[in-house]
Amino acid sequence: MIKTDALIIGAGPTGLFTAHQLKLIGLNCEIVDNLDKIGGQCIELYPDKPIYDIPAVPECTGGELTNNLINQIKPFNIKFHLSERVDEVKKEGDDWIVKTNNGTTFQTPNVIIAGGVGSFEPRKFPIKECEKFENKSVLYSIKDKSIFVGKTVTIFGGGDSALDWAVELSKNSKVNLIHRRDDFRGAQSTVDKVHELSKDGKINLFTKYQISAIKGDNHLESVEIKNDDKETKTLKTDYALGFFGLIMQLGPIANWGLNIDKKTIQVDTEKFETNQKGIYAVGDICSYPGKLKLILSGFHEGALAARACFKLARPNEKYRFEFTTSSKTIKGRLGIKGD
Amino acid sequence: MAKVTYITHDNQNHSIEVQNGLTVMEGAVQNDIPGIDADCGGGMACATCHVYVNEEWFDKLPAKEDGEEDMLDMAFEPKKNSRLSCQIIVSDDLDGLTVNIPSKQG
Repeated sequence: MIKTDALIIGAGPTGLFTAHQLKLIGLNCEIVDNLDKIGGQCIELYPDKPIYDIPAVPECTGGELTNNLINQIKPFNIKFHLSERVDEVKKEGDDWIVKTNNGTTFQTPNVIIAGGVGSFEPRKFPIKECEKFENKSVLYSIKDKSIFVGKTVTIFGGGDSALDWAVELSKNSKVNLIHRRDDFRGAQSTVDKVHELSKDGKINLFTKYQISAIKGDNHLESVEIKNDDKETKTLKTDYALGFFGLIMQLGPIANWGLNIDKKTIQVDTEKFETNQKGIYAVGDICSYPGKLKLILSGFHEGALAARACFKLARPNEKYRFEFTTSSKTIKGRLGIKGD
Repeated sequence: MAKVTYITHDNQNHSIEVQNGLTVMEGAVQNDIPGIDADCGGGMACATCHVYVNEEWFDKLPAKEDGEEDMLDMAFEPKKNSRLSCQIIVSDDLDGLTVNIPSKQG
């Protein structure tokens, strides 16, 4: 069991800056995120797209913003728990007991939800029967590529993941690649490679087709694909892989007894506390009158939630407001020597 | 101002007067039309405001910008007449527009 003054759920810009604010006022914290990397929507949805409304930063990409925030909290050595999703939040005495899907458990008086629109999960095939084979022969990510050796693999998608895996798996497997249109959005060099392999018969390419059915009893036998003119083809296959990017799902947060409306959590605007004492929500996931879904709003919300955490984490101490420009204590926490 | 009709998956018609300058996505979200999630808030980054545009209207709409077709690759059951509703800006010319909302957004 990890004891901490505050646990932050979500490693997007709001979660990162909230961590900065907590550490600055002398509280410790750890961060959990379901993605395998730091940055949240900024890194997953628009790493290379420019943002123009971060105060004092005329222009930066989602990736640059994330890197700057990581640099800003570097002095604090904050522990991240990536690729872990918080599944359970339960009250025990004055504390919250928080459990992740990996079995990590935290005990903390303060839980700050900076979860954006929820956790990122892979988008799945639209065919219901696919669930039956999920994690066996219908996959949305690859952990061990050796299982495909000598097998037939049918890959769906037109982005880098689909194309990279089609190229890689074509070395040792029979590969079908299916995409809904002729254009691919992956890197041009990979697209060229796929066309080359298709010409050589190493990849069977079907464009303007989408999945329409899946067949098999105990194990997957074939997938049926259909084009816009309703022509269908049946492809024998051992595996079906879908690479349609990620989608945000509110997930387990819905079960924590919070006031939720339209996928957002209601909070007050003094502490950004939810209807549960010691659980706060900041950033895109919180709602209050006048809420703006901007990164800069998340920074403000995190700063106030961090101050609210102080009271529950240090019930016998008085919080004293200080400026970073003049406080020796704060400079000490930042590791800055001298005046 | 344009009257936009949103037809949900269960065949419910919702006709809404949407102000010029708003997107078809915003018209749905502000009026609580079910089935448009719009997770990213209109940034063309999530494909959860996906709609099917009625055939007669599809060709009348301004063409898709770069990136919309890429996002539609990720949408739930995209078709020939798929659009992201956050990319359709309402004007008087769109009076009478009808869009169908898919059964799911992902």
